[in-house]
Amino acid sequence: MVDAEYAEVFREEAAELLEELETSLLALEQAPEELKLVGRVFRAMHTIKGSSAMFGFDDIAGFTHHVETVLDKVRDGTVPVTNQLIDLTLASRDYIKALLEAAVGGGEAVDASRGEGIIESLKVLVSASEGAEPGDGGEVATTPAPAAAGDRQATAGPAVSASLSHYRIRFTPGPEFYDAGGDPAQLIEELGKLGKCSVYDHCHDAVTGEPCDQTWDILLTTDAGIDAVKDVFIFVENVSEVKVWRLAEDVQKEGYGEHKRLGEILIERGDVTAADVEQVLSQQKLLGEMLVDAKLVKRSQVESALQEQRIVNQKATVKAAGSIRVASEKLDKLINLVGELVVTQARLSQINSSHDFAELLEPVEEVERLTAELRDCALNIRMLPIGTTFGKFSRLVRDLSADLGKEIDMVTEGADTELDKTVIEKLGDPLVHLIRNAIDHGIESPEERQRTGKPRRGQIRMAAAHSGANVVISVTDDGKGLDCEVIKAKAVARGIFKAGAELSDTEIFNAIFAPGFSTADKVTSVSGRGVGMDVVKSAIDELKGTVEVNSRKGEGTTVNITLPLTLAIIDGLLVRAGTTHFVLPLAQVEECVELTQDDIARFHGRRVLPVREQLVPYVRLREFFEITGERPQLEQMVVVHTKGERVGLVLDDVIGGHQTVIKSLGWIYRNAPGLSGSTILGSGEVALIIDVMRMVQYARSEELAFVEAGGRRGPGPTVH
Amino acid sequence: MSAKEDEGLATQYLTFTLRDEDFAIEIAKVREVLDVSNLTRIPRMPDYLSGVINLRGNVVPVMDLGRKLGMHPIERTKNTCIMIVEVEVEGTVVEMGALTDSVQMVLDLLAGDIEGVPKMGTNLDTKFLKGMGHQDDKILILLDIDRVMASEGKAVLRGERLDVVAENISAAGGEEGEPAAGVSA
Repeated sequence: MVDAEYAEVFREEAAELLEELETSLLALEQAPEELKLVGRVFRAMHTIKGSSAMFGFDDIAGFTHHVETVLDKVRDGTVPVTNQLIDLTLASRDYIKALLEAAVGGGEAVDASRGEGIIESLKVLVSASEGAEPGDGGEVATTPAPAAAGDRQATAGPAVSASLSHYRIRFTPGPEFYDAGGDPAQLIEELGKLGKCSVYDHCHDAVTGEPCDQTWDILLTTDAGIDAVKDVFIFVENVSEVKVWRLAEDVQKEGYGEHKRLGEILIERGDVTAADVEQVLSQQKLLGEMLVDAKLVKRSQVESALQEQRIVNQKATVKAAGSIRVASEKLDKLINLVGELVVTQARLSQINSSHDFAELLEPVEEVERLTAELRDCALNIRMLPIGTTFGKFSRLVRDLSADLGKEIDMVTEGADTELDKTVIEKLGDPLVHLIRNAIDHGIESPEERQRTGKPRRGQIRMAAAHSGANVVISVTDDGKGLDCEVIKAKAVARGIFKAGAELSDTEIFNAIFAPGFSTADKVTSVSGRGVGMDVVKSAIDELKGTVEVNSRKGEGTTVNITLPLTLAIIDGLLVRAGTTHFVLPLAQVEECVELTQDDIARFHGRRVLPVREQLVPYVRLREFFEITGERPQLEQMVVVHTKGERVGLVLDDVIGGHQTVIKSLGWIYRNAPGLSGSTILGSGEVALIIDVMRMVQYARSEELAFVEAGGRRGPGPTVH
Repeated sequence: MSAKEDEGLATQYLTFTLRDEDFAIEIAKVREVLDVSNLTRIPRMPDYLSGVINLRGNVVPVMDLGRKLGMHPIERTKNTCIMIVEVEVEGTVVEMGALTDSVQMVLDLLAGDIEGVPKMGTNLDTKFLKGMGHQDDKILILLDIDRVMASEGKAVLRGERLDVVAENISAAGGEEGEPAAGVSA
């Protein structure tokens, strides 16, 4: 059937359009007066129709056509934007998505009656709002009025579905036609019942305005066969001249393939000969103008041919996007190459600094600057605004809250915050979980909210913002909040905490991320099965991010997700402990101070040091990473911040800033404590990237284990 | 080698040694053989994981094949080599390094030269073996390198020093036999 490659292109494009459609519809629901939004909805629907027809998905094209017809009426103001309309259009969008998945995504076959049901409801809606106006189309404005231009175009049409064909009909009634009481209007009306038709009459000379030979050009788009079209004229055939052309296959698919040129169309119609066209063409004027001037055709004929050309070109004009589609593997390859370049450039700079060639200094600096710029550009290509996923969530909130009888508004902030494409893709599921949780467990029913003095409508706020080299995404609801005591009781029951343990609220809230944890008393279709928060946690872990929960009973819950901006290249601080080089993410580094023997003695080996009048605990890399050998007399301490705390990392030497191309350590080392990856230095040596947050957590729990074990410390020399 | 025509297809193997025993893996699995240089140790990992190397811009993990097989740690000599092998892990092919005492030669083995692994007597976990090969009067142990490299923990091959092996397992995660600094959170 359809070429798999094209099908994929179509599927991707359609998926994007459907998303756009949904976003626009939801926005339209908020602002029904906004004509721009109606336009966006219409364009999305129209493009889906166009491309599905182009790729041969006739069922999608057919169905979309109906919806488009209704939307067209919305656009010209005949049908108002109502909730019902939005509902139906959203339902249409879902139906199209189902059709699409059935056709290319390997989804289940779709029950066609569902689509018919939607169309029926749409028709009812339209006829209700049109009131006195004629039913669901089918009426064609038929009276050939003596318009100044001599042309009258009427566009209307009943349902056009299945495989659509375009026909060009030229109808020239002879005198007997009128003698026999024939009325061209009736015939055109007949045609209108077959499909959508555009009518041009050439009844008046464009120049003189005087009546002349009566000829109609009709462009008909219909699913009926050519015989059905000819049948319309069956009784007038012998008293008038009727020609029916079926426009070529490629034309039929709305502009796929080469477009016919005006001259060709006119020649094909027999309005001019090829020689006429050539001759006129040689005069180098606008072809249409020339033909009219040469009195070879009437202006109206040219107009009609132009309209045909427009239909054929429609696809090309609709799709005027300012972006191109690139396979993500190509981008990955680009990023990899840029990564290599950054490493090589670092090496070049290093070699140059040790040899000190004055002549090389400038070009090497130039390369450095260009590389940095190229790096930023390459990384930027992969960045997408997170807003692309927000639409999905608005829909989720809308539908779920309706299902559960809750009234919830969704507010989004920072939709233009950019994140790495892979991160955005993997973020979808966890965010869905969080929102479902907020709707089901968080926000109360309207009645309950009123009882507790809250506004009836609950609110879910989804916000994204930059914070250093991280992006923080928060999902906040103003619902009933988490109940510390209940969670604690459940957690103790499940053996997550010891009974009677002293726990901070944060620690208690974090228990909800344990696998299988749920405080819901009853299982609903939405949540409560205890598969959720641990999924969120593991998905975010995979992205090297963190999740935090804050909640106040009765006031609401906030879940903060902190993610690294990119998974490819970071700015790092290169340090050394023993012979091993480490990289710290520069965004987390606050300052560097010295740790002297005196300092150590002053605190009797307790691992703290006052920095700016605040005691900062520290972790010694040599101890944590089991690096053997003598410690230097003067150690360096890099103060980093993690989760709002300041922690010192004690090491031998701070080397300097380093453009760090992150290389995975591979599956074997995926659980390496305190490390998030590696990078290759200019010297070719591999340096290890420290995951500061996890390392600190690890060190803390080790210390706890040490204290609980009665002070027996495993690794690491005892400090005096 | 001598009569390959009449005994079916020959497969090429790369032979290497771990201390004084001869091993072999299919040459199709081997990308290249490198000298040991610039091996970066990854801290706090089991001792059979030697670290990572920079292989033309890629970070490749290296395993001490001696320790992995529960035999002896590979000592660095001028003959010590890293074989870069391509193994399948969880459905994807990854490059890994295997540290060995020395790499010997490429050898054609005919189907007739390879025997199945005896069910007993070898002190070997047959899961990691493809068979036993003869080369002149020597015995070659044919390793299933995919399984060896992809298995978690030690792939204990030899039972002759069971006590040592047991000790190694209990100390897995700790370097030089110190108590494992496990986290029980």
